[in-house]
Amino acid sequence: MGSNLLLTGGAGGLFVALALLALGCAVAVVVAKNPVHSALFLLASFLWVACIFILQQAEFVGAVQILVYAGGIMVLFLFVIMLVHQRTVRGLVTFQNQWDFALLFLPVFLAPFLYVLGTEKLPEVASNPDALRMVDGRIVGNTKAVSWLLYRDYLLPFEVASIFLLVAMIGAVVLGKRSLEKMD
Amino acid sequence: MTVTINHFLVVSFLLFAIGFFGVLVRRNFLTVLMSVELMLNAVNLNLIAFSRRLSDLTGQVFSVFVITIAAGEAAIGLALTISLFRQRKTLNVEEADVLKG
Amino acid sequence: MKELIWAIPLFPLAGFLVNGFLYLAGMRRRGERERHPEGVQPAVESVKEHGHPHAHLHPETHPPFKSAHTIVGTVSVALSCLFAFGAIFDVGWKSLAHGAVQIVTLYRWIPLGVNQSVGHVPGPLGDWFVDVAFRLDSLSALMIAFVTFVGFLIHVYSVGYMGHDRGYGRYFAYLNLFMFAMLVLVLADNFLLLFVGWEGVGLCSYLLIGYDYHKKTAADAGKKAFVVNRIGDFGFILGIFGIFALFGSLEFTKVFSAAAADPARYAPYMTLVCLCLFLGACGKSAQFPLYVWLPDAMAGPTPVSALIHAATMVTAGVYMVVRCNVLFRLSPRALVVVAIIGAFTAVFAATIGIVQNDIKKVLAYSTVSQLGYMFLACGAGAFVAGIFHVLTHAFFKACLFLGSGSVIHALAGEQDVRKMGGLAPKIPTTYRTFLIATLAISGVPFFAGFFSKDAILSAVYEARFEGVPSLAKVLWAAALVTAGLTAFYMFRLVSLTFYGKYRGTEEREAAIHESPKSMTIPLIILAALSIVGGYVGIEFVDWGNLIKPFLSPILLPIAPEAAEGHAALGREIALMAASVAVAGAGILLAWTWYAKRQGRPAERLAQRWPGVYRVLSNKYYVDEFYEAVFVEGFAKEGGAFLWDFDATVVDLIPNGAAAVTRGLSWVAAAFDEYVVDGLVNGVANTLQAAYQGFRKAETGRVQNYALFMGGGLFAIVAVYLFFR
Repeated sequence: MGSNLLLTGGAGGLFVALALLALGCAVAVVVAKNPVHSALFLLASFLWVACIFILQQAEFVGAVQILVYAGGIMVLFLFVIMLVHQRTVRGLVTFQNQWDFALLFLPVFLAPFLYVLGTEKLPEVASNPDALRMVDGRIVGNTKAVSWLLYRDYLLPFEVASIFLLVAMIGAVVLGKRSLEKMD
Repeated sequence: MTVTINHFLVVSFLLFAIGFFGVLVRRNFLTVLMSVELMLNAVNLNLIAFSRRLSDLTGQVFSVFVITIAAGEAAIGLALTISLFRQRKTLNVEEADVLKG
Repeated sequence: MKELIWAIPLFPLAGFLVNGFLYLAGMRRRGERERHPEGVQPAVESVKEHGHPHAHLHPETHPPFKSAHTIVGTVSVALSCLFAFGAIFDVGWKSLAHGAVQIVTLYRWIPLGVNQSVGHVPGPLGDWFVDVAFRLDSLSALMIAFVTFVGFLIHVYSVGYMGHDRGYGRYFAYLNLFMFAMLVLVLADNFLLLFVGWEGVGLCSYLLIGYDYHKKTAADAGKKAFVVNRIGDFGFILGIFGIFALFGSLEFTKVFSAAAADPARYAPYMTLVCLCLFLGACGKSAQFPLYVWLPDAMAGPTPVSALIHAATMVTAGVYMVVRCNVLFRLSPRALVVVAIIGAFTAVFAATIGIVQNDIKKVLAYSTVSQLGYMFLACGAGAFVAGIFHVLTHAFFKACLFLGSGSVIHALAGEQDVRKMGGLAPKIPTTYRTFLIATLAISGVPFFAGFFSKDAILSAVYEARFEGVPSLAKVLWAAALVTAGLTAFYMFRLVSLTFYGKYRGTEEREAAIHESPKSMTIPLIILAALSIVGGYVGIEFVDWGNLIKPFLSPILLPIAPEAAEGHAALGREIALMAASVAVAGAGILLAWTWYAKRQGRPAERLAQRWPGVYRVLSNKYYVDEFYEAVFVEGFAKEGGAFLWDFDATVVDLIPNGAAAVTRGLSWVAAAFDEYVVDGLVNGVANTLQAAYQGFRKAETGRVQNYALFMGGGLFAIVAVYLFFR
C-alpha cells in the first residue's frame, strides 16, 4: 500500500467533505459580524476537525479536541462574550482598516504555498496504521498507546504542561480582577 | 478518491491562512482570539496527518500538548479581554493604540 | 705726494670729527650752567659790550676749547691745501696740461660682476664696479687749488668773525665737513662718488645755513635749501642711472672715452641724460627755477655765504657740467637748453638785484646771475670759459661776501644798506678790498672778472646753436645787458654802503670799527687774487692764455671734430669794447644816482613805475608762487592725500591681511556651519525623515504588526521553499 496514500475510496470522499465543512465554518468565523456567531461557527469547525482526527486513527486526540476545545474553550469564550456588553460590540464595523491589505496579501502568499504543498512529492514511507494502537508490540488501543507515551517518554513535557496550566490559571485570575487595590 | 498527504497539507494550510486572516483583520478582540484558535487547530491537523503517515504516535502526543497550551492561552486571553474591557469599555482593537508613534 | 690725493679730503674730515667731538664735550661741560639760545639778535647794550653781531645775552663770550677748535679747523684745511698743491706739482702742471691723470684707488666700494647689456640699451664696458677712487687731472687740479686755498682763507676769516659765538666748535666742525664733501666731489673719479660729495655739500649747506637754528628764518632757509636742492638731486640721480644703463660703468674715464669714441651710438640718448644731469646742476647752482634757496640762504653766517654760496658749492654744478662736457657736446639740444636757462637766469637775477636793500641779498642775486653766466658759457660750448669764470668769481665773490661780513661786523649786525653810508673812511681796508672786488665783478679791464666775462661773451657771440641760428646773438645781448646790470647794482651797493652820509643810528655810528686782522688779511689776499687771477686766461695773446690749454685734456675730441667758432681779432676787440662800455655805463649811472644824488633819481623812477618796482622788490613773486603751489598745495593737500594714501594703500597690507583673515575665518565659520553642521544635521534630518516614515508603521495596533510579521515570515519560508 502506498505510504502517502492515507485514505481511499469512501474514506477519501468523507475526508473531503469534512475538510470543506471545516473550512467553510472557519471562513464563517472570520466573516461573521456577531461574535456569538463566530464562536458557534468555531465550535462547529472544531467538531469537523475532530472528525477528521478520528478518521486518521487519532481517536484520543479527537476526543480531547472535543472535550477541551469545544467543551472548555468555547464555553469560556461564550461566557466572556456575554460578560462583555453586546450593545457596545454590535455597531462595530467588522473589519478594520487593513482588511484590504490582508486580503491582498493572502492570495499572494497562498498561491505559491498551495502549489508547493499540493505538488510536493514527499518520500515514500512505510506506513503501519497499527503502530498507532500499539504499546510495546501489543495492540491496546489508541488512548492507551498515547497515554503510555505521555507518561513514559514525555513525562517531563507533561508535567511542564500542567504547571503551565496552573500559571495560566493564576494569571487569568489576576488579570480578571477589577483592580488590585480592591483585592481583599 | 485518493487522498494523499498533500491534501492534508493543503487543507491545514488553508485553515491556517483563514485563521491568520482573521487575526489580521477582525476588529473585535474576541474574534481575534477565536481566529488564533483556528490557527492552532490547523497546526493540530497537520500534526495528526503526519503522525498517521509516519506511523508515529509522537505527533498525536504533541497535538495533545498543543491543545493544552491553547486552552491556557485562551484563558489568559479572555482574562485580558475582560481587563481591557473594564479599562476602555471597548473591545475595538483599533483603539488600543497607546503605543502609537 | 701724488699718491696721497686721498689725504686732501681726509684732513678736513679728521678736522670735522675732532671738532665735533670737542664741541660735544664742551657742550656737556657747560650744559648745566645755562640754557640760553645762541645767536639771537642782540640788544644794543650787549652790542656795545661786545660789538659783535653774534654776541650773546649772557656773559659767556668765549666758547670752550676755542683755541683747539681754531687750530684744528684751520690747520686741517691748510694741510689739505698744501697737499693739494703738492700733488699738483708732483704730477706737474705741464703733464696735467697734456692730459696726465692721476687716479688713486682706495678700495672697491661696490663690487659686482660682469656687466651685461641692460635691456635694449647698448652698454657693456666690461666688469663694472664702483671704487672709492680719486682723480687728479687738470680740471680737478684747478678746482682743488682754489677750493682749498679760498676755503683756508675763509676759515681764517671765521676765526675772527665767529670768535664770540657759542657754537664756535660746531661751526668749524660743519665747515670742515663741508670741505671734506666738496673735495670728495671734485676729486671723485666716478659719478657715484661725485654724488656722495654732492649730497654731502648739500647736507652741510643745510647745517650751516641753519646754523642759528633758534632763528626761524635761518632754520626755514636751511630747510628750503635742502628741499630745493633735493629736487635737483632727483634729476641728477636719474642722469646717473641713465649713464649707467647706457655705458655700463660710472667711471669717468670709461664713460667719456666710450662716448667720445662712438658718438653715433650714444647721441640719441644724450639729450635726456644731459637734461637730467643739468636739472641737478640747476638745483645745486641755483639756476631758474631752483634758485630760490640761495637768497634765503643768506640767513646763515656770512663766511658760510662766502664759502659755500659763492666760491665753492654753487660752482659744483658748473664743475659737473664741465666734467661731462663730452656728453653735453653729444647733445646740441641739451646745450641749447643750458645756454638759454643760464642766460635767462643771469638777466632775471640781475633785475632783482638792482632793487634789493640787504647787502647780502644783493650779493646772493649777483651770485645767481654770475652762475647763469657760467652755464651760458657751457651751453655755448665754451666750457673752459665757464671754469675760468668759476675761478675768478670765487675770488671776487668771496672777497665781496667777506667784505660785507666785515661791514656787518662793523655795524654790529646791520645789513640794510639804506641804513649805511659813508663808511669808506671808517673802515678803509674793508672798503678798498670791496671796491677792488666790485671792479672785478663789473668787468672793468685788467681786473680778473674782465677776462673771464669777456671770454664768455665772445664765446657766446660766436657760438652756433643747432636749429636756432640767431640764438647766439640773442643770448649775447642778454649777457651784455646782464653785465651792465651787474656793474650797476654792484656800484649801487658800494655807493650806498661806503659813500655819502651815514644813515644809521648814532649809537651804531659810534661803535663802527675795522675788523680784526683775521678778517682783513683774507680780504686783502682775495682782493689781490681778484686782480691777478684773470691773467691766466687772456684770450688773444698766445703766451697769456694758460687756462685754455691747461684744461684742454678735459675736452675730449669727439669724432667727427666740430670746428670751433673762433672770432677774428677785430671782432674780439669790438666785443670787448662793447662789454667795457656797458660796464662803464652801469658804473657811472650807479655812482651818479647813489653816490652823488643819494638815490633820489632811483626813488623818482620807482614812483613813476610803482608796479615794476614792486614786482622787482618782491622778486617777481616767485617765492610766493612756490609757497602757494608747492608748499600749500603739495605739502598741505599732499599731506592729506598722503594720509589717505597711508590709510588705504600702505595700510592695505595690514588691513588686507585683516580682511583676508576675516574672510578666512568667515569661510571657516561657514564651513563649520554649513558643511560640518550640515553633515551632522543632515544625518540627523535624514534619519528623522526616515523615522517619520517608519513612524507610520508604528500604529500601535497589534494587528498591523502581525501583518508585517506574517508577511516577513511567509517571505522567509517562501525563500526557503523555493530556493533550497
